[in-house]
This record gives sequence, structure tokens and C-alpha cells, in this order.
Amino acid sequence: MAIIPKGTWVEIEQVVLQPSERSASLPEDTRHVPYILRVSGFLLQEAELEQQVRIKTIIGRELEGTLKKINPQYTHNFGQLVPELLTIGTEAEND
Amino acid sequence: MTDRDISYAAVMARKNEIMKSSMGIDYNEYIWSPVAFDYEHLMNDTGYDIDEVFRIQRETKVGNTPLYELKNFTEAVRSFSPPGKGATILVKDEAANASGSFKARRASISAYEAARKGYAGIIAATSGNYGAAVASQAAQRKLKCIIVQEVFDSHLVGQPEIVEKGRSCEAYGAEVLRLSVGPELFYMLLRTLEETGFFNASLYTPFGIRGVESLGVEIAQQTRQKYGKDPDAVIITHAGGGNLTGTARGLRYAGCTHTRIVACSVDLHGLHMASDHDFNRKSFTTGHTGFGVPFATWPDRVDVPRNAARSLRYMDEYQLVSQGEVFYITELLTKLEGLERGPAGNISLTAAVTLAREMDKDQVVVVQETEYTGAGKHQNSQLAFARENGILVYRGDPEENVPGKTIVIPEKLEQVRGKVQDIDRLRLEYLNNAARVYPRENWSAQDVAFLAADVNRDSQWIEDRFLKR
Repeated sequence: MAIIPKGTWVEIEQVVLQPSERSASLPEDTRHVPYILRVSGFLLQEAELEQQVRIKTIIGRELEGTLKKINPQYTHNFGQLVPELLTIGTEAEND
Repeated sequence: MTDRDISYAAVMARKNEIMKSSMGIDYNEYIWSPVAFDYEHLMNDTGYDIDEVFRIQRETKVGNTPLYELKNFTEAVRSFSPPGKGATILVKDEAANASGSFKARRASISAYEAARKGYAGIIAATSGNYGAAVASQAAQRKLKCIIVQEVFDSHLVGQPEIVEKGRSCEAYGAEVLRLSVGPELFYMLLRTLEETGFFNASLYTPFGIRGVESLGVEIAQQTRQKYGKDPDAVIITHAGGGNLTGTARGLRYAGCTHTRIVACSVDLHGLHMASDHDFNRKSFTTGHTGFGVPFATWPDRVDVPRNAARSLRYMDEYQLVSQGEVFYITELLTKLEGLERGPAGNISLTAAVTLAREMDKDQVVVVQETEYTGAGKHQNSQLAFARENGILVYRGDPEENVPGKTIVIPEKLEQVRGKVQDIDRLRLEYLNNAARVYPRENWSAQDVAFLAADVNRDSQWIEDRFLKR
């Protein structure tokens, strides 16, 4: 697997709480899954994906976790067009 | 720090000491009993009066937002209102605040206080616009910032609206801790406060509420200036209660004693807020009944010992609207008024339709917020995401909206009909919750007086409607 250089902006994952360690008052579906954290920062030593690594966050905190993503990007968007919106407050309203 | 036990139980057990050192407020000074405390004293001890709040907010691009008359929108509502009805609808364009929502007001005083007290940074646990607000205020006050956010389900699928809010926090230089679904967000907040020694910019501190009071004062001043009178009604989106409490207190401070305070939320009944499965089957991540009802009927379910946001104290009416209605209104606002704003900020505008059509034509109703919009937040993003998650989206009768199953977008404006809630039922639910925390046999006259004020009634009402039954 490719070596990711030190200093790369990455995303790590921590399992904060295993299912057995979670709050007692949870609905059934939530109770059976771990409590997961994802956070981004600069990689402090070269590593491969899925390795345990340390990062320095944007405010300078050092955190540890499993390396999951390189240069994580925002992928949220406006979604597939929803045609139902086109006929609100427009000429097409009366068609 | 490293030798501390960070298990769930151990951290939760240190809650009080962590809270005390992260805010500099000793709530014990104000607490009278398990159900009552010296609310006004707590609010006044922030040390900031309204002039000071305005001064602080001007320093960091908060407040003084425009109050617009929605002429075309009002005309559209009047077209189906009974003769002589159809109040003028005004909107306070809170999207004009730094970070794009009224939450900048809520964050501004906390950030100022944190800087003044010499904290190196500031933390907030929020999946809402409040995160970006704290991050933006922190940037201006040269504070480090961490936002603790519930954003994805166990398959790492993020609610697009929250993903966008996380992006915005990072844009302002904050570290964002992205978490899966669960109430353990509070545990993570405590752990991070303890690890960093940062200031806790909880949504529910007196600083947060004080910051929103300026919104009420501005609405009073601007309405008087343009229309020569007080607003007849102000509609406020209600979730945790801070927006309503702060705005209503500001209106009262400005002398608007006859203004109706109308709360509104999106109806999400039947969806469990801590459910991994339900998480991505709702389009609104705030301003909904999953927060609005529990926070109204028991405000102290929060991340501070006593909540400074106490909505039933100020609420005259409470209206529920559906997801489909809010998306419709958001689209209509864009097309009729040339204002593209986020759906969550338009919940109160949706309720305004129901209110204005029944109010006299010469009356004025103020919708007290808007929020910014964009990828993730936009109604198209939300509806497309809902479809991907198996929600049935169609145009039709909004009565057919079923949270988590259907989103029915009205076919015409007159179908937008908010559902007025029975406030007395909420008041009695609040009292039941209080009795669960502290059995009613133990209530002193002081407790009863506090609870009466908290539900906007007198002690006799509590006696007749609750204690005698």
C-alpha cells in the first residue's frame, strides 16, 4: 500500500465507546453499534491507510486514531434535481 | 490529565466540576431546590446589560440586521384570507449576521467572556448553525475553537445539512469532532473540556440567552420606526428554547407587553432522536418537535446544571408545521421575494402564513429569523437526500405528511396550515416532569412560585390545575 507522507491533511477514526461501554439509555438500533469519532489533521509521521497514527489538528491538538482518508473532501451537494420545486411560485405553477 | 479515568461513567460523574471550571459559573449559588432556582439573579450576574451586549456584538459583526417587509408574500396570503384579514409579514434577515444566522448573537457573549477570562479556546457541542457561529466569533476573538458534532449514522452517512455546518465550522478555523448518532455527545463534550481546559460555550448559559435579547430589542425598535407601533405578533422557531427566550426577553425589555409570542417547530413526531436508523430519515436537524416539546416541558435536560432558556415562561402559542410545508415556503420566498434562505430558518415564516391569514390587515407579524443556505442545507439537497433514504416526496395535501415516511409539498399556499398546540397540556407535562424530579409533596411556596413563573401562570393555577388533582 502507498506510503502517505508526514504533513498530509488526513482524517482519522477513533472508536470512542464500544457498544458495551455506551450510555444505558439508547434505542435498540443504536445500542448495538460503537460510538465513532472522525476528525481531520496533519499527519505527524508517514503511514499507510488503516494504521494507527497521530495527527495535529488545525488548532494544534495532537490526537490518535486509525488513518482513514487522505485530503478528505466535502462531497455534499444540491442533490438530484427535485422537479416538484420547479412549479412553486413560477409561471409553470398554472400549467 | 492522562491518568484520569475516561470511561463513560467516570467522565459523567465529574460533570459538575468540569462544568464549573469551564464556565466560571457556580450554579449552586442560584439553586433553591431540585426544581427551582434564582433565574433572574443568574441572568443578571452575567455582568452584561443590553447596551454592553450591543457594543460587544458590533465589534464582531453581529446584529443590526435588516427588517424587511415581504410585500409579495403578504399579498399572496391576503389573496385567500377572509375580508379584512391578512396581516403584514415582516422578516428579520438574520442571515446577515457573521456566519449566517441568529446564532452569532448567541455565541458572541460567550466568546467575549471566554477571551476576557483568559481561556485559550472555546468549545460547543452542536450540530446546528451554532457551531459556525461559535467558530466565527472565536476567530474574531483570537480563540481556538472545537465543535463537537453529531453528524453521521453507523454507516458513516452524514445528514447533508449537518455536513455543511461542519464544513462551515472548519472554514472558520475550528477543529470539528464528527461523531456518530447518540446522546454520548455530552460525554464527548465533557471529555474535551477536561482535556483542553477551554471555555464551554453551551447554548444554554445566561451568556447565550443574553446575546439573543438584542434580537428582541432590535425587532421592537425597527417595527416602531417603520410602522409606528409594536409588533402584534413575533413568530420564533423553537427547539432548545434559547431563540424564543432571548427574543421574548428582549421584546419585554423594550416594552412590548402586548406582543404575542408565537413558537413554532417542525412536526417530527414518531422519530426517535437517538435512533441510528431514524437519524437520516428526517430533513430538519433542529427547530423540530424532537427538541421543542421535551425542552419546553423540561428545560433542564441540558449540558449545564440549569438552563437559562425557559421557553414556556414566555410562550403564548405554539404551532407545528410539516417538513413539506417548510420546503414549499422556502421555495416560494425565493421566487416571490428574491431571498434565497435556508429551510430551517423559514420554519417561522411557514407558521406566519397561518397566523397572518387570521390576523387583521392592519396588524404586523414579525418572522424573527432567516439563515444562510447552500449545498446540504438547500431544500433541493434535503428533498433529494430524503428520496435516497426511501422517503416518499410528492405534491399534495400537507395533512398526508408522516415524519420519516412521506414529505408532502403543498400544491398551493392556502394549504399551509400550522397546527396550534394545546399549551396547557405542555404546562401540565412540565409540572409532571418537575414532580418526577422532586415529588410535589416537597414543593415549598417558593418552588410553586418558580414553577408558576416557568409556565407563565400564577401559583393559583398550579394549585387548581395540578396540585389538587
